[in-house]
Amino acid sequence: MSDSKASGLENVEPTPGSSKQDPILKIDNVVRSFGGLRAVDIDHLEVQRGIITAFIGPNGAGKTTLFNLITGFDKPDSGKWTLHQVAEAKSWTNDLSGLRPHQIAQKGMVRTFQLTKSLAKMTVIDNMLLGAAEQKGESLRNALLPSRWRKQEDTILGKAEVLLERFKLSHMRDEYAATLSGGQRKLLEMARALMSEPKLILLDEPMAGVNPVLVESLLVHIENLRDEGVSVLFIEHDMDAIMGISDWIVVLAEGQVIAEGTPSDVSKNPAVIDAYLGSAIAEELKDV
Amino acid sequence: MNLLAEIDVSKLFGLALRTSIGVQAATFALAAVGLNLHYGYTGLLNFGVVAFMAAGAYGMAIFFTQGWLGGSILLAIASGLAFAVIIALSIGLPSLRLRADYLALTTIAIAEVLRISFRSQRLLDLTGGPFGLPSIEDRNANVSFADVITVDWNPIGKGNYGAWFLEFDEKTLWVMIIGWSLVSLASLLIWGLMRSPWGRVIKAIREDEDAARALGKNVFSYKLQSLIIGGVIASLAGIVRAFDMGFVETQQFRPQTTFFIWTVLILGGAASIWGPIIGSMTFWFVIIFSEELLRQMVDSGWIPEAILQSNDIASVRMILMGIMLATLMIWRPQGLVGKKEEAQIDVR
Repeated sequence: MSDSKASGLENVEPTPGSSKQDPILKIDNVVRSFGGLRAVDIDHLEVQRGIITAFIGPNGAGKTTLFNLITGFDKPDSGKWTLHQVAEAKSWTNDLSGLRPHQIAQKGMVRTFQLTKSLAKMTVIDNMLLGAAEQKGESLRNALLPSRWRKQEDTILGKAEVLLERFKLSHMRDEYAATLSGGQRKLLEMARALMSEPKLILLDEPMAGVNPVLVESLLVHIENLRDEGVSVLFIEHDMDAIMGISDWIVVLAEGQVIAEGTPSDVSKNPAVIDAYLGSAIAEELKDV
Repeated sequence: MNLLAEIDVSKLFGLALRTSIGVQAATFALAAVGLNLHYGYTGLLNFGVVAFMAAGAYGMAIFFTQGWLGGSILLAIASGLAFAVIIALSIGLPSLRLRADYLALTTIAIAEVLRISFRSQRLLDLTGGPFGLPSIEDRNANVSFADVITVDWNPIGKGNYGAWFLEFDEKTLWVMIIGWSLVSLASLLIWGLMRSPWGRVIKAIREDEDAARALGKNVFSYKLQSLIIGGVIASLAGIVRAFDMGFVETQQFRPQTTFFIWTVLILGGAASIWGPIIGSMTFWFVIIFSEELLRQMVDSGWIPEAILQSNDIASVRMILMGIMLATLMIWRPQGLVGKKEEAQIDVR
């Protein structure tokens, strides 16, 4: 169970668009319309560093569209978003708006997909090795000269083995990814994303389609990520599943942020209950 | 009538074997090595293989017959390869960012545009139009761009080598050696590339472009690199074939060649190093074997004229090839030497 005392959120107002003490991601005026529908319309949103933030909202709220926009897989009509990096007492800002997906990933913001994209006809270990960033042998110039990448490859391999062990996939190391179960593929995709040591990891419904037993261990993995200093942002539409592990929750409905706050703030917020359950039930709940 | 008594078995196998190790098989294998990088490893649907072959052959032939920069044959070959790079860029830059089917359309279109342009009257002085290169006068005088390679630089003394149906003159033998050496070098290159981290990214793009993007790989750049490398290899095939025939002509670069090379690759097994080689040798063996068998059966009267005449044989052998390919797809979808697992897994 998370504890917001440690996360620097104690003074943050639980209102939409509130500013955080140490934001890693800032989103401003991002709008995306499909025809007449404004699928995403975010005035301002900040994501705190070093915590688990959840985007929740009913189906069609614009969660995945927002993910696609900020990771470069879709282009917004307008808007700007920035990644704020801190390392060794230095800090700098990357403007991510307008960058292509691979450039955004290279800046340290890596995503996974709702429908897992395991590379079916590649082995589990090759899937992992692919995740590594800045492998010299991936450049055509060095590809034919193993002496230039062999050593780095060994380091990466070591890292991959450790991650596979942690995600309990070691026994599948040399199997084709296609032979994994749905849940294992989710784990593989998450482990693969970690190979590049991202600063911020975006998980699109990591629990969807995973059997309940595996969900427990998935949640533990996500908490471990945070404890290692990775900021986590994930999407989920099942509210119950995320109350336990989220430090901060951002509620989206019809493309807009309607509420944000700690799990307890959000669960008490009438706007959220309204968005989720419809006003009729919200009325009934008042009487309870 | 006893069929076996009528059939010249030695000739049947001899001719088929001769073709399966000949220059044609080498050039088809070489082009298939290039296509294998495009399709087998990167997943690019290139239906314009013949555009790269034509670019190589015509690039070389034009440069040489025009006598540019002193008309050196090595520079001419280099310009053929450079032309292939230009073709790869002109196909790739506009269409590689789009969905896979657009690339397929663009490649097939560029191949035809190239062939029809080479054939046009407007380019008569450069390409020889429908007559090809070298010019009719040069061809009558037996002068060709191939002479430097096949005569001047031929280390093999004049004469015939080998025995039985596998007897080749020094020119053919030399071009065969060049062709199969290039096949080996190109295969070695692909093997080296595909076991490197570069090859891993290439395979990942075949599996799922978006996954590769999400992991920080510049998919567009990799696809362009693959298109260029594979295209240059295919253009070498066009150049070798031009040296073998001694001339280039647009008839050699019709779309059907592209589909023969696809057949070769699928037959042998895509995404395998040996696939293009085994595929090409098998392709030519089967083509010539069935053609010769039908011819002997028709000539001996075993197949009545009413059913099949000798000038229909060329099309019937293609029907047989089609049936064989269809059967293979049912029983062995990975091709003769492809990896079973890679062909059969399909989760999406």
